[in-house]
Order: sequence, then C-alpha cells, then structure tokens
Amino acid sequence: MTVTVLLFASYADLLGKNQLTLDLSPGATAGDALGQIQTFPGAHRIPANPLIAVNERYARRDQVLAAGDEIAIIPPVAGG
Amino acid sequence: MRCALVDRPIEIAAIVSEVARNSNGATLLFIGTVRDVNNGRAITGMDYTAYASMATRELTEILGEAAQQFETEDIVVEHRLGTLGLGDASVAIAVAHAHRGPAYDASRYVIEQLKQRVPIWKLEHYVDGSREWVGTPVKTRETGRLTPETATVIQADGA
Repeated sequence: MTVTVLLFASYADLLGKNQLTLDLSPGATAGDALGQIQTFPGAHRIPANPLIAVNERYARRDQVLAAGDEIAIIPPVAGG
Repeated sequence: MRCALVDRPIEIAAIVSEVARNSNGATLLFIGTVRDVNNGRAITGMDYTAYASMATRELTEILGEAAQQFETEDIVVEHRLGTLGLGDASVAIAVAHAHRGPAYDASRYVIEQLKQRVPIWKLEHYVDGSREWVGTPVKTRETGRLTPETATVIQADGA
C-alpha cells in the first residue's frame, strides 16, 4: 500500500524534499514508515524518535496505517 | 471562535472588534512580535511556515478547549506565515469575557498551547546573513516532553 509522507522545516532541508511516497506492507505502522524514511540520504540527522502525525493528528509509532494515509514527521514546533 | 493562518499583516483592530459583545466586560489582546535578539544572536527577520491543515486543526481544538474551560466563545487567533521583519506581529489572540480573570486565563492558555502543539516553524535570519530553524520539542500540558509514546496524552487532554 502507498502512503504519503510530509516533511517540514529542518527535516525537509535535511532530506532535500518536502514530500515523498512510501510503499509499505499491509499492517505497517507509523514506526515502520519512519524506519523507511530514516534510510533516505540525509535522514541520519533527524532525531531517532521524532514526533509523527497521521492524518493531521499526533500519533504513536504503533498506529497501524491505511493506504492513502498522510504521515508527517514533525520537527520541534516554534509558533507564536 | 475563529482561527486562521494568514499571509498578510494581522489586522489587530479587526480581531478585537470580532470578539466584542455587550455582555463582555473584559477584552484581552495578546500580540506576539518578532524580536531583534534570540539566544544572544541578533536577528533581522524570520520566515514562518506551517503544516497548515494540521495547524488549523490543532488551533481549532485549542480554541474549543479554552471555550469549554473558561466559558467564552469570544476568542479569535490569527497566526501569520511568510517573511516577517522586526516588530511585525506574528500572532494575535483576542479574548473577551464577562470578567477579566477568565479572559486573562484563556488568553494565556491559547498562546501556551499554541507554542507547544501547533505545527508552525520559524527560520531565523541573523545579521551575519546565516539562517537557522529554531524550535522546542512539543510538550504536553502536565507531563513534559512529548514523545511518540505519549502523543495520545494531548488528544486525551483535549477530549
């Protein structure tokens, strides 16, 4: 199944892109998606345990994904 | 209640008018502005960027929490995105309430939650021409640093 991954701010700079598509096995979790992202060039500088959102909500790493989900890796926030 | 991410200057007077109501005895306005120094480094400006759809969702949830906790629907938040110069307003929060106590509390609640939860980032521009992303780890209200294992705490708090 295919999911979309969004990258922002410093993490987008590290990977040189702000969006990518992953092909995951059925039953894959947010943590599995993160594991794949961490194999991309530049991703070694993303913290080992970053915040993840699935479909615009903060998510645990064990959240099971569905085809078409939108996953975001959230850098430390700085609004205000 | 209303929240918005905007790519134009925040119209302060407009959001104050928006929360006005004859039953309100107190109106609070918080304005966050771009400061010339951060962590000892001189700044010339900054770029704000956001995960806009999630940021709007989180802001909407924060306003709902504030409305329930402090018993007023008269809350408006605008956060600006894009390139800002020194002194520019990056965020403005208007709260009105029958009484000043809950108005202060609601205003404080909204800005503190915004800074902890809403996916907005800033790229600081320094006088030497360099630029750097700044940010603090997302935190929960009571438990300190948020990790993916504790992420649901935020949702539980907001429920």
